[in-house]
Amino acid sequence: MTEPTGRRPGPLAEIEGRPGVPKPDPLVVADGIVRTFGGLKAVDVDHLEIQRGVITALIGPNGAGKTTFFNLLTGFDRPQSGTWSFDGHDLTGLRAHQVARLGMVRTFQLTKVLADMTVLDNMLLAARDNPGERFFGALVPSRWRSAEEANVERAHDLLRKVGLDAKAQDAAGTLSGGQRKLLELARALMVEPSLVMLDEPMAGVNPALTQSLLAHITALRDEGRSVLFVEHDMEVVHEISDWVVVMAEGRVIAEGPPAQVTADPVVIDAYLGTAHHRDPEIPR
Amino acid sequence: MKSDLARRLVCGAMVVVLAVLAVLAPRASAQEGDPAETEVAIFGALDDADHGPVEGAQIEVLLGEEVVGTASSDASGEWRIVVPGPGTYRVRIDPTTLPEGVSLRDPERTELPAVRVLEGRDKRVVFALGERARPRPADVVRPPSGNRVVNRLWTGLVVGIVIALSSIGLSLVFGTTRLVNFAHGEMVTLGALLAWLFSSGTVGPGWSLVIAGAVSIALSGLFGAVQDRVLWRPLLDRRTDLISLMIVSIGLAMLLRYTFTVFFGSNVRPFREYAAQAPWVWGPLVLRPKQLVVLGVGIAVIALYALVLQKTRLGTAIRATSDNRDLAESSGINVDRVVLLVWIAGSGLAALGGVSYATLYGVEWDIGFRLLLPIFAAVVLGGLGTAYGPLVGGLAIGLVSELSTLWVPAEFKFAWALFGLIVLLLIRPQGLLGRAERVG
Amino acid sequence: MDLVQVFTDGLRAAVGVPAIAYALAVIGLNVHFGYTGLFNIGQIGFLAAGAYGAGISASLWGWPLPLAILAGVVAAVLLGLLLGLPALRLRAEYLAIVTISASEIIRITVRSTSVEGVTGGPQGIGRWASSFYDVNPIPSGRYGIGSIEFNHRELWVMLVGWVLVALAVLVTWLLVRSPWGRVLRSIRDDEDAARSLGKNVYAFKVQSLVYGGVLGALAGLLLAINANYTTPGEYQTVFTFYMYVALILGGIGKLFGPVLGSMLFWFTLQATDVLLRQLIQPGSWAATYIEQRDIGQLRLALVGLALMLLVIFRPQGILGGRAEGRSR
Repeated sequence: MTEPTGRRPGPLAEIEGRPGVPKPDPLVVADGIVRTFGGLKAVDVDHLEIQRGVITALIGPNGAGKTTFFNLLTGFDRPQSGTWSFDGHDLTGLRAHQVARLGMVRTFQLTKVLADMTVLDNMLLAARDNPGERFFGALVPSRWRSAEEANVERAHDLLRKVGLDAKAQDAAGTLSGGQRKLLELARALMVEPSLVMLDEPMAGVNPALTQSLLAHITALRDEGRSVLFVEHDMEVVHEISDWVVVMAEGRVIAEGPPAQVTADPVVIDAYLGTAHHRDPEIPR
Repeated sequence: MKSDLARRLVCGAMVVVLAVLAVLAPRASAQEGDPAETEVAIFGALDDADHGPVEGAQIEVLLGEEVVGTASSDASGEWRIVVPGPGTYRVRIDPTTLPEGVSLRDPERTELPAVRVLEGRDKRVVFALGERARPRPADVVRPPSGNRVVNRLWTGLVVGIVIALSSIGLSLVFGTTRLVNFAHGEMVTLGALLAWLFSSGTVGPGWSLVIAGAVSIALSGLFGAVQDRVLWRPLLDRRTDLISLMIVSIGLAMLLRYTFTVFFGSNVRPFREYAAQAPWVWGPLVLRPKQLVVLGVGIAVIALYALVLQKTRLGTAIRATSDNRDLAESSGINVDRVVLLVWIAGSGLAALGGVSYATLYGVEWDIGFRLLLPIFAAVVLGGLGTAYGPLVGGLAIGLVSELSTLWVPAEFKFAWALFGLIVLLLIRPQGLLGRAERVG
Repeated sequence: MDLVQVFTDGLRAAVGVPAIAYALAVIGLNVHFGYTGLFNIGQIGFLAAGAYGAGISASLWGWPLPLAILAGVVAAVLLGLLLGLPALRLRAEYLAIVTISASEIIRITVRSTSVEGVTGGPQGIGRWASSFYDVNPIPSGRYGIGSIEFNHRELWVMLVGWVLVALAVLVTWLLVRSPWGRVLRSIRDDEDAARSLGKNVYAFKVQSLVYGGVLGALAGLLLAINANYTTPGEYQTVFTFYMYVALILGGIGKLFGPVLGSMLFWFTLQATDVLLRQLIQPGSWAATYIEQRDIGQLRLALVGLALMLLVIFRPQGILGGRAEGRSR
């Protein structure tokens, strides 16, 4: 296998690529996660481990259950059964905000910028542990003024990095689709996450912005954060991911380095095969 | 174009309905009382130690020689007559309207000659019935005797059917349009009011209740169609958000309700044909023929409803749209037409519910409003948006509220149903038949 | 037609106690609905909690007035928790049904003759706030401008009331512009986004409900103290919708919206009343269709109509609050 230029051999170099393979330093470990919708199994993952400090891509045809799996891991949905942990913490039964506070922050396929609030407010909202967010603390401005100022500075820094600083005072609803993606990314970073989970970060983004986004994502890994992202675009996947997990019809059907996975006949079959099946996301 | 003509016909019909009310109504309001917020009333509850709450007794309030209002005690023995203002009134009970085995403690004293009503405060009066009560320890609750349980079950069944009929429209409208229509109660009232209007000999043509009821249901269905086309569809097309729609429906409810009361007045009036009925006694069960009629009609209509839902294409379309509107649309169902039919049928059924309820308890300007929260409870219990949920929920609410009167005072009848609703929402917000999609 | 009388009577109502009480209650409702997006249609229940909490403590347990007032506030907090803890996990329509059911249950309960010993039943609890008037610093007499006059008792209640309103606006302003307020606004905008950033949305909603509910209790207390009487007729379910008219009129989500909306609402309500009464003087054409007694009901019908028209045509109200609602 040839490594694309610029990528170092990393901790997963010696790992054999098969579904459910254990990782040397897993950040997320998931066991037996099952989610059914009225008789239809949307997610049925026996075992999956996400390695710390690398960029993992989660791919699969439409209706494979990727976003549902995302929702389950991050507490936005409840599985019928299964356990999973993040950095040693048991996440089973935790609610979405608790998962985020542990350091596992997700973005959304259809961006959820707070449209009526300014870009800066979006960022400030994400900052952790602001004493002004407590009801009684809020009544005494002196208690949160300094924390707020520090957050404002950090927010501007991040906004500068993604090139949105000039729009800090504009309502987030005025941003273009691509700019919203950048805002969501920057906002997720304000939370200082250990694992950034991006749900189709490139969807609806023009090619010029795509490169910029890719650079930001790689920078995350270089800073020591872990990234898990869902994507359709195979070129993107090839370019930046260290590891690829393939889902189809709710199950993990393949894992491994990008080059191996894309050549895997099982994977190819899954992508081609769904062209003939009905979209399993419509409930019968 | 056909739809244009249909729309004009519908609007025209609505205008006709309102005009009829406007022309005939002023005479109807000859006897009513003060504005709803500051009205005063004389009220009471008739209860016999052995017989229980006394229903159907006639009470009159007079100012001097003029009769100011009349009332018939309801199933809980309660009665209320609105008076024009503070003053001194005479309150009379007609002992011949008391049921078998119940009589006034002092048979000579059928009138209270000097009842003083103060500004802003309702006045309670007591007509003592039966033997002097044996002193009972204050906290002994009279245990429900088999008699009472059976009778409560029966009343609960009848009321349950009425609530079920009235609830179908609300549930289906929500299922197909996601709108919670707070004005739904007024459709129930409208049905009763129109039926009263057409069956009244003094204010209207004096038709039999069957015909008056049928016409009322038809007109109400029409009004439902008008609501859909003229008000809700344009707002929905405009992508107005749900909460704004709910607020609009609340405003509509107020507009309708208080317009009704201007025309109809604040007092209760029975249907001409069902003003007083001798009860049939059948073992432990005391029932009135009108309850049988209401129950019979209700069951027949519900059976028809179920038949349509299961066996006709329309019914399937309704169930599909109510379940998943987008899917139904992409399957080729004409969702707009389904919604219109849902409005017509739902309003018609609500009107039938109103006529039924009024047959049992008399016509009042706010019966729909008072039933609205129990209807909500029934719909949520059965599953908001389902087609059969209201039937299950309605029966449950009817039975629970009637049975609760065995242990708690009758005025809390519906309070218990509402309380149960809140508890239910804690455990199973999607109701009994609903699906567990995220409700929060 | 005496338009001057219409105007002055309206103005008098706009600064009077009902308007002040509504301003307080609507500030609370604005926090619920305007800032947090909670569709609470049982706000009147909080007013009842305040008035009955205080009335019962004062008359049944003989508590001095300040303690009784505190009891009213505590009652509202308890109600907020009781309602909020189960209901705030649910979608808007379920929350609406729960809140309106709760306010109806409260009304039925306090009105019932079976608990007359505690709540005074349909008659209510009388004369429990007299000590409020004992500390009235305003000397006896009537004060006012032109035909807009108040006596020293009314003026005292109004003074206290307006001070409360000012405090409420101040505290609400502090809260809204704080990080806490920012979280509330994010909940209104998109709950899931707030959750994904680690915010315990549920807890914030409960806090918002309780705060707005306390303001409602203060409003109820003001009304009860003004009448020196707590009666169930003051706390009917339909009054919450008057508050919504005032809220929308003044501008949802605007700081002064509730105050302006309440004043405008009461001005219009009274002015319409006077106008209608003038119109149906015996002999006029209108008198053949409308009678004196109908005016109260007609007024309410018009309130309903106003609510519909406002929402359909001018949802941003006078001050131009949020014109767009959240998408479905």
